[in-house]
Amino acid sequence: MERGLKVKDVADIFQQGSIWARERVEGPSLAWTLWVTLATFSQICCRLVADTPIKMRHLSTKATFNSHGQDSSYFLGWEEYEKNPYDEVQNPKGIIQMGLAENQLSFDLLESWLEKNPEPAGFKRDGKSIFRELALFQDYHGLPAFKRALVEFMAEIRGNRVSFDPNHMVLTAGATSANETLMFCLAEPGEAFLLPTPYYPGFDRDLKWRTEAEIVPIHCTSSNDFQITETALEAAYHEAQQRNLRVKGVLVTNPSNPLGTTLSRSELNLLISFITTKGIHLISDEIYSGTVFSSPGFVSVMEVLKDRNCDKSEVWNRVHIVCSLSKDLGLPGFRVGAIYSNDDMVVAASTKMSSFGLVSSQTQYLLSALLSDKKFTKNYISENQKRLKKRQNMLVMGLERAGISCLKSNAGLFCWVNMRHLLRSDSFEAEMELWKKIVYDVRLNISPGSSCHCTEPGWFRVCFANMTEETLDLAIQRLKDFVVEHTANGHSKSNNSSKNSNRKLLPKWVLRLSSSDRDHKPDER
Amino acid sequence: MQMLSKKAACDSHGQDSSYFLGWQEYEKNPYHEVQNPNGIIQMGLAENQLSFELAESWLADNPDVLGLKRDGKSVFKELALFQDYHGMPTFKNELVKFMAKLRGYKVEFDPKKLVLVAGSTSANESLMFCLAEPGEAFLLPTPYYPGSNDFKITGCALEDAYEQAKKLNLNVKGVLVTNPSNPLGTTMDRDELNLLIDFAISKKIHIVSDEIYSGTVFDSTSFVSIIEAVTDRNIDDTHELWNRIHMVYSLSKDLGLPGFRVGMIYSNDETVVAAATKMSSFGLVSSQTQFLLTNMLSDKKFTSKYIEENRKRLKSRKEMLVSGLSDAGIECLNSNACLFCWVDMRHLLSSDTFEAEKELSKRILFEVGLNISPGSSCHCSEPGWFRMCFANMSQETLKVAITRIKDFVESITSSRDNCNHQLTFLDSRRRSVSKWVLPLSPYDNNEPAER
Repeated sequence: MERGLKVKDVADIFQQGSIWARERVEGPSLAWTLWVTLATFSQICCRLVADTPIKMRHLSTKATFNSHGQDSSYFLGWEEYEKNPYDEVQNPKGIIQMGLAENQLSFDLLESWLEKNPEPAGFKRDGKSIFRELALFQDYHGLPAFKRALVEFMAEIRGNRVSFDPNHMVLTAGATSANETLMFCLAEPGEAFLLPTPYYPGFDRDLKWRTEAEIVPIHCTSSNDFQITETALEAAYHEAQQRNLRVKGVLVTNPSNPLGTTLSRSELNLLISFITTKGIHLISDEIYSGTVFSSPGFVSVMEVLKDRNCDKSEVWNRVHIVCSLSKDLGLPGFRVGAIYSNDDMVVAASTKMSSFGLVSSQTQYLLSALLSDKKFTKNYISENQKRLKKRQNMLVMGLERAGISCLKSNAGLFCWVNMRHLLRSDSFEAEMELWKKIVYDVRLNISPGSSCHCTEPGWFRVCFANMTEETLDLAIQRLKDFVVEHTANGHSKSNNSSKNSNRKLLPKWVLRLSSSDRDHKPDER
Repeated sequence: MQMLSKKAACDSHGQDSSYFLGWQEYEKNPYHEVQNPNGIIQMGLAENQLSFELAESWLADNPDVLGLKRDGKSVFKELALFQDYHGMPTFKNELVKFMAKLRGYKVEFDPKKLVLVAGSTSANESLMFCLAEPGEAFLLPTPYYPGSNDFKITGCALEDAYEQAKKLNLNVKGVLVTNPSNPLGTTMDRDELNLLIDFAISKKIHIVSDEIYSGTVFDSTSFVSIIEAVTDRNIDDTHELWNRIHMVYSLSKDLGLPGFRVGMIYSNDETVVAAATKMSSFGLVSSQTQFLLTNMLSDKKFTSKYIEENRKRLKSRKEMLVSGLSDAGIECLNSNACLFCWVDMRHLLSSDTFEAEKELSKRILFEVGLNISPGSSCHCSEPGWFRMCFANMSQETLKVAITRIKDFVESITSSRDNCNHQLTFLDSRRRSVSKWVLPLSPYDNNEPAER
């Protein structure tokens, strides 16, 4: 059944409405106009409802409406990659996936631990099978040994400057589940959380879809390296009020996705003061805490609260942390996330809600053994950080040689890359155009800043930890080649005005490739 | 301003119903054959513990799977990274074959219509999110219409419920049935299924069939799945009803693996499958677990042996409980599936009320030392019915439980008889009951019941 009304349909309806009104009221007059409007409007509504396929009315709006966000550009790049994925041997011209924030750098450490410790994966403890015990274990309070090991691991990542109580931790099937559950606990449908932009595109689904909560952005800009300011916080709060949205809290990702930076102490203090004044919550999504590889180092919000002697105050109960083993340990498939809250009621409610997404007992047991091995965790944390730092540096230097700079970062599995100078114009249309070229021509799937709700066009998130060094080298090379050609072809807005002075700065081999010497040679693929 | 949401603050979760009270008491004083022989025996937990050693022996024969290896090579990295919400294709292929096998191959399933989620708890909730708006309603059969028609669903009952919803201004989106039924332990017969189908066609609503106990049917031929029932009606493939049939399944009851969180939704509606797939992000199955169970289920020799042996053991256990209770003068609803019996203790109530049922429930918990589930917690309309589980303990423990119940019934019966006599016969009565009952008797003095 074809849906939707055409212009002709609307015109017909209007005409009928006019006839109907004329039969009832002298026209033209205000009363006649009102009758016509009413008649037309109600007819259009009836037609729209009648035109709705019966099937669609049987399902909920959550099932049929596109608020899930699956069709944003963030996912389109993935789809293109799926059709033509790079493989060193089988498909060397394919698309290199740089849109996936996975940590593939330290698997050998985990594999070697598994080789040396076969018991936990084999459902054994001290030589004896505990399969039955694990098969039956579905207590939503979680495996105590696992929670103990997890809080110790969290503390270790934070340099043991804070400690966590396993009784305040709730296990969930991944941070995706943790974030959604927290929203269910803290916000009614229609209430809002403030999030600094740019932010992880998945939040539009995780925080809003089934919860029906709203997100209001806290606009951060490159003028101060995207740091959160008091002005921006107040502006966001005000915007929410303008939209008649009750603000229940602020959610930050620290370290940030997509920026790759840790929040500074002053930003954290600002946030705590803000939520204290407004009487609202703070969720700190710290899933990248184990990926911090250089100074200024990671400061958890708990640490700042402690330093401010907030542990007896009311605000203590309004700060909640989300963590996961997906980024630090590189285990997204195992679905291990957690909520940490100082509020007993939040812990109690989210514990019960975790029934809808418990962690497999098989996995809890394996990881409790892994994380209890302190020698392993100490070595893993430091080695993993070293490798991430090296990789990040490789990408940053490589991009620099291509004339592309990145936001200075100290964490994460990606860089926040500045390609504003490559845009045809300072607009999101130009960003999309550039992005498509990079996906289809350069064959790199990277994430455009607009998909992360960045307010400035031209920024892209580029991942570096989900591939081999060789693949990263190739990606950098492809990008370099593209930039050279792109610049030479005069595609960027800055190029047109300063072409000649730029040419003097380019090495000779670049000039040879410049298409201004030849006439309109098509882009090389 | 309310700091937490209503969901977090209110009590609609139901944690404090009598269903959970018994559990709490059990936690304080759990039975143990050696360490606590006078403790409370847990008969409120529908777990299948009868066939573990079959799974354990399979694991012992397949160490590579546990070591996350395939053909001697580590697949750890592949599994660690696998978070595709479409689920592991090989796992889904094995699951649909397993599900078909449980139904005697009378129906076939398409893995593309299967959505994996973390347990049937998650499956049911996701389906509700897909099919109903906040405030809309689903009809659920409760243990209702007792006695003459053995709690079966009738056309009247369906219509009554629908009318009731209308009066309350609730838009009915569908009916949800558990087949085999929890707490009844019975499978729906063809008449019931056809009634349900007719009802769904006439009202244009959904049917959700929770078939998590499908593998516990003692005799496979007696189970008719909803898909089979609709197929047998020769309803055209394109009829809109097909898009309104959805099934929920899990490995928690059949394979006894509730800890591994493996559930699924099966739907013919593409939109439901697409939406539920995305929703499964909030409760995916661990890839480590998907890998283990893919291997286990692909071993056809194992699954055949398991299914057959498991059924035998469940049947034998049920018969043990039924005959034990019968010796104590307690009847059960005639059942052919599940991990529990639906027990008729109406004759033991002091009055035909839910207060009396609660009283009896407490006596059974504190005096007899058995945690069983009172019918009121299952929304049963008639007082006196209880659900008693039999598959979550050893045979010896079940024997102890049966003996305790027998003794208790004897004491009640003789106390009742005593009430009908005059007080002058007190001494001779006292000699006729077991010694340990006397201190508990509330009739001689006003001491509170011993805990």
